[in-house]
Amino acid sequence: MEHVSLTGRIFRGAALTLILLFFMFPIVWILLMSFQSNEQILRIPPRLLFEPTLANYRALISGQLQTAAGNLEIPFMHNLWNSFVLSSAAVVLALILGVPAAYAFARFKFRLGETIAFTLLSFRFAPPLLVLLPLSLYYQQIGLNDTYAGIVWVYQLIALPLILWIVRGYFEDISPDIEHAYRLAGHSWGETFTRIAVPLAGPGIAAAGLLSFIFCWNNFVFALILASADKQPVTVGALAFVTASGIQYGQIAAAIVLSVTPTLLLALYAQRYLVEGLSLGAVKG
Amino acid sequence: MARLEIKSVGKTFGAVRPADALSLAVEPGEIVAVFGPSGSGKTVLLRMIAGMFEPDEGDILIGGRSIVGAAPERRGIGMAFQNFALFPHMTARANIASGLRTKAGDGSAGSSKVQAISRLLKIEHVLDHVPRELSNGQKQRTALARALIGDPDVLLLDDPLRNVDAKLRYEMRLELPSLLRRGAASVLYVTQDYREAMAIADRIAVLVNGRFEQVATPEAIYTEPASVAVARLFGDPTINLAGIQPFEEHGALFAVISGARIRLGASDGPPPDRPCWLGIRPEHLAISRSAGDDSIRARILAITPMHDKAVLLLKLTDDTEWLAALPPRAADGATAEDVFIRFAPEDALLFDRTSGQRVCLSHRRQAA
Repeated sequence: MEHVSLTGRIFRGAALTLILLFFMFPIVWILLMSFQSNEQILRIPPRLLFEPTLANYRALISGQLQTAAGNLEIPFMHNLWNSFVLSSAAVVLALILGVPAAYAFARFKFRLGETIAFTLLSFRFAPPLLVLLPLSLYYQQIGLNDTYAGIVWVYQLIALPLILWIVRGYFEDISPDIEHAYRLAGHSWGETFTRIAVPLAGPGIAAAGLLSFIFCWNNFVFALILASADKQPVTVGALAFVTASGIQYGQIAAAIVLSVTPTLLLALYAQRYLVEGLSLGAVKG
Repeated sequence: MARLEIKSVGKTFGAVRPADALSLAVEPGEIVAVFGPSGSGKTVLLRMIAGMFEPDEGDILIGGRSIVGAAPERRGIGMAFQNFALFPHMTARANIASGLRTKAGDGSAGSSKVQAISRLLKIEHVLDHVPRELSNGQKQRTALARALIGDPDVLLLDDPLRNVDAKLRYEMRLELPSLLRRGAASVLYVTQDYREAMAIADRIAVLVNGRFEQVATPEAIYTEPASVAVARLFGDPTINLAGIQPFEEHGALFAVISGARIRLGASDGPPPDRPCWLGIRPEHLAISRSAGDDSIRARILAITPMHDKAVLLLKLTDDTEWLAALPPRAADGATAEDVFIRFAPEDALLFDRTSGQRVCLSHRRQAA
């Protein structure tokens, strides 16, 4: 890195602090809220110093929500489990379908190839509400409504285009000569794909998988319409805290912290791949 | 071991025709260099043989069997690429072992084969490194080992020394012929360096614009080039050319070069009654300060001394520029000095000016 003057460094530090505050504040505030009772949260003016309580987390984990109107059962842990099952299954399916498709789009020129690839990407442009109404009618007819399989399928709208386009860029970066060399050495097309192409596109596949996992995890509207309570993920389950006797801010905050933690940890762990993956393989290690 | 036969192979990409009626046969144990300027279709030819794309016309046979349409892995071909094409996620050892065709190669027999070939190529000490940790020379040797280890019927080498440094290129030029002949494969060696082609190959196939201009031994290509194009591609400095109209007088053939009347030797038959190119290699020119018969007046524009020769840039009186390569001692002339050029008539090459093909004056060179 080139030499930077003292004022430049101070300015940069200040700017970084400002940006960090701006982006991190909501997360920090939610974290603080999750350790407060509803009364403490609603106090005006809010205080930074308070006596922390684990009641919110206890309620979430035990599934018993104490409200003024009485004891309420909330299946939060089950929702969390649903989120995990749905997102993982959706990503695994999208990888199985998307990685070979991405390879085909990267390596072969075929009729309507670009059109198909773009159509798949355009699923990301369409507002989900546009497809949801017809989709829910179809789902009711073919019996996919309120099933894990149905939601995993509709999550392909999120995961498949993402994986297809990111992984395609990675495959295009691999010199075709490398694959030819492996085939000439007496290996079949399939072996070349699994032993050369997939391992070399590994970082891209990991990044695309991780990214689509996060997008599936954060999805709200598909599961809201297409699934009932026992199949719903946390994003929808959090609605349960808007109760007849008021909004349970403390529990909502704790629920957010609990539901964000897995993806946050995953993202931190794979941060390097994530940035590389988003640059569509343009940056090589 | 199997013969490689290319029979009138053609290929068109849009408006480009990188292969046009190419025919060539390579015998087992023979090394044929495919030499040509960049864009002449060398790599396209190799890739058609390797099965990366198929020819539009013609046939390719290995051991008498057509391989057109066969999957690359079933063709029995080993190939080394210009960009090495090593598998970056595997060690050098795994890279080399991948070239073993048989599944049995995974066992101890396979690993001893890897040892043997890497000892031959002097890369034993880097077998456990991944390609990123290898020098270009080691990468090239690993790629060669991978191509050689399977004992393929046909070996294709796509300008393998392009990306290695000069010293290593010299070393490899010395080592390669014996390495390539080891398995008695039919070897096709693509290169852009005529010296490399002459050093390594038994025969050279000169490819220009998708056509073989000449297929012959290195000596024949140099002394009896089939066309002006071939003559210009071989030799450094390049051959000198003069546009002439030969004529006959008293049973001998003459030409006027830059105003000087030059005897081209005895005329065996009727003179070629058309415009020609006269080609004379720089090392066949002699320089003197005295005028005389059959000498061309010229002025020395520049002298480039090299360790083994001196190259003189000469300007003839008609403003054409010629090069002369002389032994360093012989070049005692000075810049801007007027000199006289001579050459032995039998060193002159004559080409038809319209077709570029060589015109045989007589059979004296073949007899020599």
